[in-house]
Amino acid sequence: MSPSLTDKQIQHLYWRIGFGISSGHLKSARKLSKDQIIDQLFLESKQYKPLQMNFEALIKKSKDLSREERKELRQLRNNKMNELNILWFNRMVSNEQVLREKITLFFHNHFAVRLRTPRACIHLNNIIRKHALGNFGDMLMEVSKSPAMLLFLNNRQNRKDHPNENFAREVMELFTLGRDKGYTETDIKEAARAFTGWNFNKTGQFIFRKNHHDYGEKTFLGRTGNFTGEDIIKILLEEKQTARYLTTKIYSYLVNENVNQTHIEELTTLFYESNYNLETLLRAIIGSTWFYSLANIGVKIKSPIELMVGLSNPFKIEYKDPKVLLYLQRKLNQMLFFPPNVAGWTGGKTWIDNSTLMLRLKLASVTLNSGVIEWNDNEDIPENMMMRQQMMYRTIKSKLQKKVKATPNWEAFLTTLEQKEKSALINFIIQPELSKSAQALVNKIDSGETKNFVIELMSLPEYQLC
Amino acid sequence: MERRQFLKQSVFASGMALVPSFLKGMEFLSPDQLSGYRNVIIIQLSGGNDGLNSIIPITNDIYHRARPTIAKKQAQTPKITDDLVFNDSLKMIKELYDLGEVSIINNVGYPNPNRSHFRSTDIWQTASDTNKYLTTGWVGRYLDANCQHPYQAIEVDNSLSLAMKGTTMSGIAVSDPNQLYKTTREPFFKNLVANTQKEMLDEDNQGYLYKTMLETYSSASYIYETSKIYTTNTEYPKNPFAKNLKTIADFIVSGLKTRVFYSSLGGFDSHVNQLNSQDRLLKVYAESVGALVKDLKKNDRFKDTLILTFSEFGRRVQQNGSQGTDHGAANNVIAIGGSLKKAGVYNELPNLSDLDGNGDIKYTVDFRSIYASILHNWLDVNDQTILNKGFERLVFI
Repeated sequence: MSPSLTDKQIQHLYWRIGFGISSGHLKSARKLSKDQIIDQLFLESKQYKPLQMNFEALIKKSKDLSREERKELRQLRNNKMNELNILWFNRMVSNEQVLREKITLFFHNHFAVRLRTPRACIHLNNIIRKHALGNFGDMLMEVSKSPAMLLFLNNRQNRKDHPNENFAREVMELFTLGRDKGYTETDIKEAARAFTGWNFNKTGQFIFRKNHHDYGEKTFLGRTGNFTGEDIIKILLEEKQTARYLTTKIYSYLVNENVNQTHIEELTTLFYESNYNLETLLRAIIGSTWFYSLANIGVKIKSPIELMVGLSNPFKIEYKDPKVLLYLQRKLNQMLFFPPNVAGWTGGKTWIDNSTLMLRLKLASVTLNSGVIEWNDNEDIPENMMMRQQMMYRTIKSKLQKKVKATPNWEAFLTTLEQKEKSALINFIIQPELSKSAQALVNKIDSGETKNFVIELMSLPEYQLC
Repeated sequence: MERRQFLKQSVFASGMALVPSFLKGMEFLSPDQLSGYRNVIIIQLSGGNDGLNSIIPITNDIYHRARPTIAKKQAQTPKITDDLVFNDSLKMIKELYDLGEVSIINNVGYPNPNRSHFRSTDIWQTASDTNKYLTTGWVGRYLDANCQHPYQAIEVDNSLSLAMKGTTMSGIAVSDPNQLYKTTREPFFKNLVANTQKEMLDEDNQGYLYKTMLETYSSASYIYETSKIYTTNTEYPKNPFAKNLKTIADFIVSGLKTRVFYSSLGGFDSHVNQLNSQDRLLKVYAESVGALVKDLKKNDRFKDTLILTFSEFGRRVQQNGSQGTDHGAANNVIAIGGSLKKAGVYNELPNLSDLDGNGDIKYTVDFRSIYASILHNWLDVNDQTILNKGFERLVFI
């Protein structure tokens, strides 16, 4: 039997391959060995479950639409995009197939597409989900041929004699090799010629338009032949640099943005030799001992989605108007299905600026306690003044508080808590070591009211890390 | 009350004493220092403003042929030159123009123009090449290289644009100094800040969070306290954009040590029935800017101010099937200021008989040339380190 993990390490695993862990779940996971926990994670995510939506309303009744009808259709599409966003968000909150969803979120950013066509978007999202724990090469091929990608990077406009290099460039720069890693402008031009003729039909089925394809000879990455688009993708997968680029990106996402080159090289070789098997790579990462080392715990800035899902899950928060989820995603700069551009969200420190940070720090109190962070520190401020201040923050509701209107299930949270003692709560809610400042503050706080203490912990900058 | 004394008292009363000592030392500009502290206000007309119907080549037959129902008629429009007129809604700008306080730069754009709003906005804000994706903005990189405090670049809005984000320092987004101040002053955060020690502000992520929190805290306090010094009594139009410009005027006249202000006016995506919508928006723009300039002149700060107005792209020369125009490429940029080196029409008008493959105006001035000129000629800093390469500098400023 493999060694067992500490609570902190189990929490670490669940924050990185999911969105945190509930108290009840932690209790049962504690009884398992590391290998058993990992096996269970893969087992729970074994079956691929696509997101499903009804698009009947979007089917065009006739070819020629009046201006009003077109406008209406556009509105319907926007509504469906919002619906799709919330659907996925709730899937993540549900904790179902958490590993598969978390890796889907990674590739949602890797194959960043920004469109207003809900059918293409859900289709791409499901392709990614299907292969998330499978084969990266299969995922890349299917994504490249999806309507969403053909639309977004203009490959369907890429024709013999009128090449469009957009996809050919990005497939190397962003999806496989990485910017300036062993390809030239000529390689891009030649690859673009190979991708000519790729298109899709009315039902979203990939089709190859022979008349638009350039059948001439191409020279790509030093090889010469009458390459097709499929050939280009195969050649890119034969480059070990592709495995290295993917491994580095996944390592930064799951482990640490400061990468350890020795680990990267070992993982790259493993990934490459497994023919891009994602499960093999993921098992190697979370099965290692270094994954659980102190240097990797509590050092990652949660993405807005990680933060929001991680907060929603243990409290089963219900929003009076679910569109608030979109509002918060937008304000925090991570709107699902709307990455800033083809390069996706940069992540890390770029999530943080003065406006997003203040909103992040306020998020727990706003969603869990209508905006109030209780403050009972009798040392510094005279009581009447403190009361006055508290009154002010209770009565003056910010725009944010008025807007959010969330109902958390505190009972569900509190009844599953194993321990309500100060240090146990800190250990459970906060992943990094508390800073001196937070420690000093926490020392002063009375933790008698568990609810207030939990909100206070979740309002610390430390809660932004996992 | 004496200004100085007022400052002292308000600082004391606000509880700035609670700010950790190493963060102090943010001084206000004294009245004699106020003068000569140059600033630039950047205004983005979001959605792609139709420059051809804003500053109009009225005698050009191609213009009238391409836009049978949306071309402007000579009679309605204030004259610029024999061949060029302002949109009627830009009367206030015309008044400034006649005073030699406006420079019109034509055909501004970049190679291989992108016609997507967000992509082209990113290109303008990051000052990148079309095929490069940068994660920092040009103002952010200015902060990185030349500034000590985040509040030296302020966006009057609820969220911070990419333009304002640097690697080690980003600007501050503030729409209401009061609200920002109040949020940071919640007892819980106030106590946290008071306990923060310099040793904690490491380069790691936790240190970065604390550093940003402290910077927000001290900037909020600085902006709130300083901007209380002056509240304008100049009349501004009643709309949110004008309110933002008024906030900027309060900041400038109060003596905030801010170099760059950023604001935007949206709604210019005029695919359908553009005449009404565009004219209405241009009026909002011109009257608000007019009020701002008047305000700054009254307080003798206009000579230190440059106002740059751009849009992420212009629009197609040919009108479309629904009395509107589609996304285009190169466009005109308006520079307004009390110390322009060259006012008037800066360069040649767009050549409507030599359009690109999409029927859009070709660029002759790279937009980064304008940034380079502002950085080098106006803000007195090295433009090449900020823009990552050298661009030809213009002489309008």
